[in-house]
Amino acid sequence: MAYLELDRVAKQFGTQTVVDDFSLSVGKGEFISFLGPSGCGKTTTLQMIAGFLDPTRGAIRLEGKDLTAIHPAKRGLGIVFQSYALFPHMTAAENVAFGLEMRGVPRAERSERVRAALAMVGLAGYEDRHPRRMSGGQQQRVALARALVIKPSVLLLDEPLSNLDAKLREEMQIELRQIQRTVGTTTILVTHDQNEAMSLSDRIVVMSQGKIEQIGTPQETYEKPASAFVSQFLGKTNDFAGTIDRTVAPTQLVAGSWRAPAPAGLGGPVTVSVRPERIGFGDTGLSAKIITRIFQGNHWLFQCDSECGPAIVIRQNDGKAQPAEGDAVRLTWRPQDMSVRVRAGA
Amino acid sequence: MSMAAEERSLRAPWVLTAPALMLFVGVLLIPLAMTVMLSFHDWGQYKGIEPVFIFKNWHEIATDPYYAEMFWRTFRIAILTTLLTALLGAPEAYILNRMSGRWKSFFLLVILGPLLISVVARTLGWALLFGGNNGLVNKLLMSLGLIGSPIPFMFTETGVVIALAHVMMPFMVLSVWAALQRLDPQIENAAMSLGAGPATIIRRIIMPQIMPGVLSGAIIVFSLSASAFATPAIIGGRRLKVAATLAYDEFLNTLNWPLGAAVATLLLAALVLIVVGSNALIERRYAEVFR
Repeated sequence: MAYLELDRVAKQFGTQTVVDDFSLSVGKGEFISFLGPSGCGKTTTLQMIAGFLDPTRGAIRLEGKDLTAIHPAKRGLGIVFQSYALFPHMTAAENVAFGLEMRGVPRAERSERVRAALAMVGLAGYEDRHPRRMSGGQQQRVALARALVIKPSVLLLDEPLSNLDAKLREEMQIELRQIQRTVGTTTILVTHDQNEAMSLSDRIVVMSQGKIEQIGTPQETYEKPASAFVSQFLGKTNDFAGTIDRTVAPTQLVAGSWRAPAPAGLGGPVTVSVRPERIGFGDTGLSAKIITRIFQGNHWLFQCDSECGPAIVIRQNDGKAQPAEGDAVRLTWRPQDMSVRVRAGA
Repeated sequence: MSMAAEERSLRAPWVLTAPALMLFVGVLLIPLAMTVMLSFHDWGQYKGIEPVFIFKNWHEIATDPYYAEMFWRTFRIAILTTLLTALLGAPEAYILNRMSGRWKSFFLLVILGPLLISVVARTLGWALLFGGNNGLVNKLLMSLGLIGSPIPFMFTETGVVIALAHVMMPFMVLSVWAALQRLDPQIENAAMSLGAGPATIIRRIIMPQIMPGVLSGAIIVFSLSASAFATPAIIGGRRLKVAATLAYDEFLNTLNWPLGAAVATLLLAALVLIVVGSNALIERRYAEVFR
């Protein structure tokens, strides 16, 4: 049975629909990411779960109980805000202790749990620091400890890593995942960073304009994007215009001079979507000319001009000779590495 | 860098600030020094001001309980005004801050309104409402039979405090408002998610963070109230003198300039001490919030 369930949740501000028909069931202990560009409704959805906003339609249930009927102060959810929202006039320990104090946890137990929580996020010894005297990463950890110490039924993370620099963000991602695994708290992360969503979550909910585009594991959403939006948003992708040729038998999928047996159930104009790292240089295939070649250490990035429009190709730096700028090449890929969609409006 | 260029770059700040500095020295420091000097001069009904150096005026202020009473009244009025503005102004700023855009700017204008009207006109307005038997409010309440005699407002400390609080309110509201702007917009949600109710959020989260704003507003209101002239002069009148009106009377009615100068100097010195002292205390106490 679903632990946390969102059932056709919608939110309107005036005439504007910000979230529409959002249904999701989250298992206990699962790590879910809401991924999408800004303004896609992911934060609004999180705020509805937290109770800072009321859904216009639909139901939110936690262990079968209607969550929307419970006051936000009584929901018992742990929330880490993008700005951390630490209490600047309290020390780190006081910040973490606040939620326990509100729950009437006795002083001795409180200080023990606060100490343990700060130790868990690697801040043992920082108890008496004030937030403004801490670095962004440390503040982030205090916020996480403050949210986790109350043993929340669900942990909500609202873009918690977006204010950290790239290196620290990577470290915190790993740490966040480890802490979440250890504690086992059901977690929902809101992010616009696809790498963050992919490296942290069990499942990703890709959102666009208030609607769910796809729900799936990181691999599923990356390998089998359900829509053009998903494939564009998650990583780089090449979209080639192709057609399914039914005049020959067996039917063929044709994109420029690249051809392969057509997948069943499709016909007419299609879009062929291939990830840049799945394209190789071969003797047959889409003919293209290399415009630029960029060396990026562990891989090469090629920008090509193909007969089906611009294409990017990523090749591992495996020590083999690579084509140079201006070379004419043939782009080829395996049929299982592409996803084919009926081209809209064609 | 050559010697000349170095010299020029050292001189540049002085040259650039010279005009403002000269104005400052000319219209503030020199008259101030002259006032302090004046307070040591002698004065007699028939001989006028004698430029000597004596402690007669200071001795009079120190020993005559009339002056002590005057200064206590001044500071009592200033403290009560400060308390009243803090008690009303802080919640006012908080509510204002939570309003939506259009209402916010409208009510901000309403609050700033008193600053746009001459202090004399504004204070006379109070007199028109509460002044004796002819005051509008008094007349109305008496004709309704709610009160037998007019509410004492004119020539009372209460009246001065209320009128001053009205004048000073914008300074308190703006100061608290500035502190509220520094608040993390999610901070109340954060406290709520941890299980805090509205009263706890105000008391434990909001209050400690806007306290520096309240206190700096209090310093402004206190020093302006203690040195206020027009409001105590109109509402308090001759009967209820404060330090500022006393100095005025000494200068312009008794013509005892040295004594007036001594009163003014003492008021200034007391205010500077109080303001600088409390400011230092506040900064130490709220070091974490100020950072």
